Amino acid sequence: MGSNMAENHPVGFQWVVEAKRRGARVIHVDPRFTRTSAMADTHATIRAGSDIAFLGGVVNYVLQNERDFREYVVPYTNAASIVSEDFQDTEDLDGLFSGWDADGRTYDPSSWQYEGMEVNAAAGNREMGTIHGESAHGAHGARMQESEAPKRDETLQDPRCVYQILRRHFSRYTPAMVQQTCGVPQDKFIAICDALCENSGRERTSAFCYAVGWTQHSHGAQNIRTAAILQLLLGNIGRPGGGIMALRGHASIQGSTDIPTLYNLLPGYLPMPSVQDDDTLDSYCARNTPPAGFWSAMRAYKISLLKAWFGDAATEENEFCFGHTPRMTGDHSVYPTLQGMEDGAVEGFFVMGQNPTVGGVNGRLNRNALAGLKWLVVRDLVEIETAAFWYDSPEIETGERTAEDIGTEVFFLPAATHVEKAGTFTNTQRLLQWREQAVEPVEDCRSDLWFMHHLRKRVMERIAGSDKPCDRALQDLTWPYPEKGPHGDPDPEAVLREINGYDGDGKLLSTYMTLKDDGSTSSGCWIYAGCFADDVNQPARRRPGQEQTWVAPEWGWAWPLNRRILYNRASADPEGKPWSERKRLVWWDEDAGKWEGDDIPDFKPDLRPDHVPGEGDTGPMALRGTDPFIMQADGKGWLFAPAGMLDGPLPTHYEPQESPVGNALYGRQQANPARKEFKRKSNPYNPTHGEPGTEVFPYVMTTYRLTEHHTAGGMSRWLPHLAELQPEFFAEVSPELAAEKGLVHGEFVTIVTSRSAVEARVMVTERMTPLQIGEGDQLHTLHQVGLPYHWGSAGMATGDSANDLLSVTLDPNVQIGEYKAATCDVRPGRRPRGAARRELVDGYLKRVKDLQ
Amino acid sequence: MSATIPRKGFFTDTSVCIGCKACEVACKQWNDVPEDGLDFLAMSYDNTGQLDANTWRHVAFIEQDDGGDMRWLMSSDVCKHCTSAACLEVCPTGALFRTEFGTVVVQPDVCNGCGYCVPACPYGVIDRRKEDGRAWKCTLCYDRLKDDMTPACAQACPTQSIQFGDVDELAVVADARVAELQAAGMVKAQLYGKPADTPGVGGQGSLFLLLDEPEVYGLPPDPVTSTRNLRSMWGAAAGAGAVLVAGSLASIFAGRRR
Repeated sequence: MGSNMAENHPVGFQWVVEAKRRGARVIHVDPRFTRTSAMADTHATIRAGSDIAFLGGVVNYVLQNERDFREYVVPYTNAASIVSEDFQDTEDLDGLFSGWDADGRTYDPSSWQYEGMEVNAAAGNREMGTIHGESAHGAHGARMQESEAPKRDETLQDPRCVYQILRRHFSRYTPAMVQQTCGVPQDKFIAICDALCENSGRERTSAFCYAVGWTQHSHGAQNIRTAAILQLLLGNIGRPGGGIMALRGHASIQGSTDIPTLYNLLPGYLPMPSVQDDDTLDSYCARNTPPAGFWSAMRAYKISLLKAWFGDAATEENEFCFGHTPRMTGDHSVYPTLQGMEDGAVEGFFVMGQNPTVGGVNGRLNRNALAGLKWLVVRDLVEIETAAFWYDSPEIETGERTAEDIGTEVFFLPAATHVEKAGTFTNTQRLLQWREQAVEPVEDCRSDLWFMHHLRKRVMERIAGSDKPCDRALQDLTWPYPEKGPHGDPDPEAVLREINGYDGDGKLLSTYMTLKDDGSTSSGCWIYAGCFADDVNQPARRRPGQEQTWVAPEWGWAWPLNRRILYNRASADPEGKPWSERKRLVWWDEDAGKWEGDDIPDFKPDLRPDHVPGEGDTGPMALRGTDPFIMQADGKGWLFAPAGMLDGPLPTHYEPQESPVGNALYGRQQANPARKEFKRKSNPYNPTHGEPGTEVFPYVMTTYRLTEHHTAGGMSRWLPHLAELQPEFFAEVSPELAAEKGLVHGEFVTIVTSRSAVEARVMVTERMTPLQIGEGDQLHTLHQVGLPYHWGSAGMATGDSANDLLSVTLDPNVQIGEYKAATCDVRPGRRPRGAARRELVDGYLKRVKDLQ
Repeated sequence: MSATIPRKGFFTDTSVCIGCKACEVACKQWNDVPEDGLDFLAMSYDNTGQLDANTWRHVAFIEQDDGGDMRWLMSSDVCKHCTSAACLEVCPTGALFRTEFGTVVVQPDVCNGCGYCVPACPYGVIDRRKEDGRAWKCTLCYDRLKDDMTPACAQACPTQSIQFGDVDELAVVADARVAELQAAGMVKAQLYGKPADTPGVGGQGSLFLLLDEPEVYGLPPDPVTSTRNLRSMWGAAAGAGAVLVAGSLASIFAGRRR
């Protein structure tokens, strides 16, 4: 679900094909019948944006029929934990959880806590919204300040235990509700539920694969949370063949999360300090360090990172240069920053490996933003639309802007390709794989590493004699990278060694467990410690699978500690015996007094299964021997999330920002109340269900990729062998919609939203199916329009950009745009040229206004 | 030519083809085949159209809606490297030849662009390139084979839909796979290209596992080497010629009598 794996991850999909050959059943739930569906045993057409209704329906099916893996659920999840009596569910409050602040449009999560748990004081600062780093990734269990375990009812009968809360919360997600909301017929839905339940338990496991079809929603993070609940209930986490696979959209997107390009994280998921909370290293560590689990050593990870960055300059006396780290002062994610550019508050912008005017939602807003800059640096293989925005764009074409009135100084710098540089890719499995440089880059093309290295060198020349405090952080940076090759590229292995880190004797670390908080060790990313163990480039290992065990530990290197399956303590029962021979992975060896396995056990190696923490135990020792989820302060898999999510402790069905369908569950709450809207002239919204004018945009649209192109096209539209395979932008519509609107296969269609009008070739196909939504006199046919988004005005294969149609509406947890579900109108023929294009859109806006 | 090298070929198992077109791209990249037109064809996801001088691998996309049960067939087509290859037989210059691997290859430096091979091919594979007039088609990566490498398309295929090897061994694998699919209820699964399926060309060096009839994929159900009847045709032509000559002579003599 939420993924078109065969098309967008064809190389990874070979393993799905392999599994299918060995008897695996593949189920694909997607708004369209895609190349993935063609390889699946079952395909269900779902309405875009209704995934929580579908998954919640499966959760309800599992709970109502008691199909959960009870022996796993009770000890390993928080099903038995008792939640505060202050908690009120969306079922009680018509679509809102307790703690809602209607003015700030945020939640106070204190009522979501386990009973008797102290609520972290930082919640009092929530007016700063998302700037608290711990909200961003996994919560670290940091909210739980008490070391004693939460109260539990292992009979699961207490009405306030998580299990009973779940039962009540999902009780209305019946097969009938799924059919009415998602458009999936009940019998098909029940067959899928049965297949999933039958293929889970002691002997069998099921996996979910998802991609941006789940994340790119105003409730994206909660889509994945629903899958997590389901997989925990079915016992499919921490076991071979189980899991929830986040298929990343580009090589090393996982790597750019681990060593992040995200504003609110530092390497290894350490939170970025915030300006009002993190005055000192001590306050920062106190705020982010739970008493139990592996995050309890957070101070050692943090100080080792500072030592990797600042070396000898980082001392106990100066808080290891903690003061050099920038502080967040607000939401610095992409779209708020773009609006800052539009408003003239942001002066400069580096764009590397991205083409935001094609790839971002609301291209017009993106281009407006670039026009508000003083300077823009674009590094790419070719002159992508983002670099050319000042003389070639839809707004130039309509006459809204001219090159003369755009003052942005644009620097376009040619970049080296992946075959022209060495380094690692980190894939979805957290596997680091080294790639060699095949050829030197041509002419002025240079690697990203070269660029950052030489940029820093040149800046250093400028500030060499400076005694300004603001220059100190740069001056104190360690920079141990020898140059090599004809262009003076820094040695990428030297960078990887620094990331791996060193112990007190200057030896490369083999594990993060020996990191110290006294400044004697360093590591550029604690979870990567060990990737250069024994001075060996571990990611470069390429022993073929058939020459080693089935886990294949000698192919590349997986973080942490070359462990291939996280939380794999859960692959054994509470006594430490594998759930079944078929699914054995790690187990407790009583004679040896430690955990053994085919994979590296994800547990303190000598922590007995019958360990019960005593008074004063901290860190890993503060967890029980039956607590597999060692990064959580309570050691449990969270069915109910008492902290960490900004839009509720449980996922619940909300409609997208723009939807022709009313929320089937809640009268008052149509969409995610905590979603981030950006109401401004450059970002008008289509009216949604319940607002006047919905009928102006009656169809659901979704944007996506094709195998033949790469994201926003920079790597494919300029290459003849790829461009010719999908030369033009097309819109996929059902024969029924084509008949309704007079669309002719192979000719043109114009798609209109409040943001833009674009034209595409018509692809009439039975792979698109109209859905029957609602019930009784509300039953109606709903059409979906499929729009691949690869094209722009430059390159060999040109066309309008589908993402120009979308609005900026963000998930509150991770600030991702809602690419996957919006509303639109379609009309036969080409769009108007010149100023008339804008007039067409304005006409739609006026029609909406007249209806209001 | 060494008699010890077994005949090489492809087995394309369309049941695991995901339509990624990596074969098309890898082929073009390795063999330096030019771009073949930036045209939107409105033929499902196929904008390649057919095999021709500038396309040596072509992935066909066939959408079938069988009463609500959608099926999307994908199949990567290629030169069949026939046992009895008409293109080779009609080539007057010897540009087309059978290699030591049992494959059929054009030598571009010998081809004079006469084009006889184009209508001779019963599959419409070989074609003349507009830019230079010469005939081009899949070489089964003759250069790679000489270096003991797998052809580019098979190397690039992520799902092993395209398998390369000894034709005899591939046929065994293919038979087993057909049996497996038929046992799983895919009754139309069939092999295309063994001598028994394609007697008109004496069997193909490229075998295909199809999930429907060959016509559905644009493949001829009963391909026949266009030169198969050449000998008997020559015989008939010679006979007809003799009658003609005799007739002429008779008329001459008759004229003389006049």
